[in-house]
Parts: sequence; C-alpha cells; structure tokens
Amino acid sequence: MKNRISWRVATVTAARWETSSARTLVLDVPDWPGHLPGQHIDVRLTAEDGYSAQRSYSIASAWSAEAGSPDAGTVELTVQRLDDGEVSPYLTDVVEPGDRIELRGPVGGWFVWREKQTAPVLLIAGGSGVVPLMSMIRARGLARGRQPFRLIYSVRTPEDAAYADELRRRVREDPGLDVHFVYTRKTPDGWPAPPKRIDVATINSHGWPPDFQPDCYVCGPTAFVETAADILVALGHDPKRVRTERFGGA
Amino acid sequence: MGIISRGFGGRRREPQPGLPPGQYLTHDFPVLSAGPTPRIPLDKWNFSIVTETGEKHSWNWAEFTALPAEEFTVDIHCVTKWSKFGTTWKGVALDTLFEDVESAADYTMAHSYGGYTTNVPLDDLLDGKAWVVYEFDGEPLHPEHGGPARLIVPHLYFWKSAKWVNGLQMLNDDEPGFWETGGYHMYGDPWREQRYQGD
Repeated sequence: MKNRISWRVATVTAARWETSSARTLVLDVPDWPGHLPGQHIDVRLTAEDGYSAQRSYSIASAWSAEAGSPDAGTVELTVQRLDDGEVSPYLTDVVEPGDRIELRGPVGGWFVWREKQTAPVLLIAGGSGVVPLMSMIRARGLARGRQPFRLIYSVRTPEDAAYADELRRRVREDPGLDVHFVYTRKTPDGWPAPPKRIDVATINSHGWPPDFQPDCYVCGPTAFVETAADILVALGHDPKRVRTERFGGA
Repeated sequence: MGIISRGFGGRRREPQPGLPPGQYLTHDFPVLSAGPTPRIPLDKWNFSIVTETGEKHSWNWAEFTALPAEEFTVDIHCVTKWSKFGTTWKGVALDTLFEDVESAADYTMAHSYGGYTTNVPLDDLLDGKAWVVYEFDGEPLHPEHGGPARLIVPHLYFWKSAKWVNGLQMLNDDEPGFWETGGYHMYGDPWREQRYQGD
C-alpha cells in the first residue's frame, strides 16, 4: 500500500445478471496486484467531452495468484442498479463485454477477512451488502479454510437474492458454511414464517454465541447496519470484533 | 483524461461549483463508520486535549456546552465520493479549546469513543477551520452521525471529522490514524483529491 494506487484500464470479459437489478461484471485487469475479500475499487467513467464520474464498488470475487485457478487474475464487481443513479445504470445496462473501464485499487484494510483469522465468522448482509461478504465466502472456499462461516442474508423477496444458486451449492458441498435468509416483504412458497426484518431472535439463532468470539462483518444500507450492529453489541459481542460497512445516499 | 466510456454521460448531474474533483452531490446524509455506533451517556462524556508534555486540559459535558459556541454552515466531502452542501452545525471552535494550551507540537491525533483515531495537523484545526460540534441542523447530534460530539474539519475529507470524538493528543511528528494506516492519505485535501497514499 506504500505506492500510489494508480488507475488501470480493465476490460469487461463477461457479464451476468444476479437479480433483475444487479449485474456482475467480470473484469480482466492487467497486472492486478490481487485483493483481500472485502476490499473495494474505485471506478472512473469518462464521457466523450471529458466529463467524468467516480464511484466505489465492493469486489465480489476472491483472488488467487495461482495460474489455472478459476479466479486467477480476474476481478468481479456486482453492481446494484440505483434508478436515480448516474454510474450504476451505466454499469448494469450499457456496458458490454469488450468495453473498457478505468479502475484503481484495491482499497481498504479494515472490512476484510484474512485467511489467517482463525475465529468463526458471522456475515450479515442487507441487500446488495452481500457483495463483499460473498467475496469472503469465495475466498474461504478458494483457500479451503476451516473457519466456520455463517451468513445471514436479508432480502426483500426471493427474487432479490443474488448468488442464490451458488450459495445453495456451497452450503451443500461445505459443512463449514451455513446460510440463513431473511425475507422482509415476500417469502418463498412454504417458508415457515411470514416476512420480517432482521431482529434479535434471527441473529441469536443463526449467528454465533458471543462466547465463540466470532469475527462479525455487517454490510448493507445504513439503517440495516445500525440495527444489526446494535443487536450484536446487545447480545454481548465485542464491538471491536464487529466490522461494518454502510451504504447510504444516492 | 482517461479512456472514453462508450455511451457514458447521459445521466450526468448539473455541474456544481464547489464540488471537488471526483465528487458527486447528495442530499442525503450517508453514514460511514467502521463498527457499531457507540452510545455515550452525557454524564460520562469527556473531552480532553493532552499536550506532548502530558499536560491535560479536560471538559465534561456541562463545562463543554458552557463554552462559547458558534453556528456555522459548511460543505462536507466524503472520500467515498459524496459531497453535501450547506450543512449547519453548532459547536465550539478549536481556537477556543486551545486558548490555554501551551504546546510546540505541530500535529494532533483525534481519538474517539470506540477506538477510532485520525491525524490532523494543528494548523488545520486553528484559525476558524475546525470545531467540536454537538448540534446538526438545530438538533442534538444523532449518535449515527457522531453524537454526542464530533470533530468537524470541513476543508479535509470527512473521515478527518472524527465522530464520537473524546480528545486530541498533541504530537511532535505526524502519525497515521485508523484509515490512514489502511492506505488512506495522511492529509486528505479533497481539492487535491488526496484520497489514498501517494495521491
């Protein structure tokens, strides 16, 4: 991190929809130095007349230096379209494979998970806040980590859940990973409870006991993060082990 | 100028004088915090300035809010790219707090409840450039936004405006705080776009 974090030109090599409003861009970034799960990058777009805009996006992929690894050398961003946004609709609806965008990073050294952390991990995601947490799940998978992970993922409806198939597959194949969904507006058919917001009971039942001293990561809209982080502290988790990242504003 | 992004720019916002490079204007008030929001009872609250020789100047809530206060309106700029114009705060100018402080040190480290730290040169806190505030928009400052009291240094990126601030440690040498240790810029001037180390 000592050197200047310079702008690089990345090429979009693939794109896929995760939900009807969230799209993953797979980027080939020359000389990418690698990243830790949870880190973000800055994206800069420039119009023909020189006007430019920057935004920060969390990285969704894990990174491996090993050639032949499916994640080697690529960076994936999952961008949630904000209807009144200026940059996100461009990335979700206009960019196509072959296009180039400028980015720099990775940035951030706090909201990250490192393989050497041995504690159990609790991930709590609100909506598109799942993106950096997915990077952590993927990084653990890539490293064949033995640390048990639990994800509590709050979405409005089943259709709003990004990575749903991949999460199901990972849970099936990996006894060290649990995922619990919270549906706030509409549940899947046959779901045993009505829609609700994340609450003490959810985190108490599907998180880790504070005695286990888990590392907790909470990411989502401000109000969601405030609620979840307050609950963790009230349940007895050490505030210093609760790392948060809040999305807010336009 | 960077590479051209095909078809980009159609939804651009009105150009805004007063907007530093790479920033966009928001009318919300986003929150950026590294952990849970600490709740500090006012009867436990304390703010202190500790000089490089260890001399301590300290105020409890009653003493602090009895100091001459100023109401002021400033623009704020967050390193995560949003800026907000015309935010109105009330609090105590650092000039007032430093009136009786004898120090030859050029740097400070702001400390907060919850463990957050950020470094600011002393010159950037004086001459009407910084405050410790306890009201936003005429209301007591909400804990989410740093209440009971936070630092406001509007001419630097907003991470320098430490939420839940409880003290300043005077330092002879500049040292990195929380985000600065993680690769963010030591100074953080939005007009020079000093987001990260080396910018």
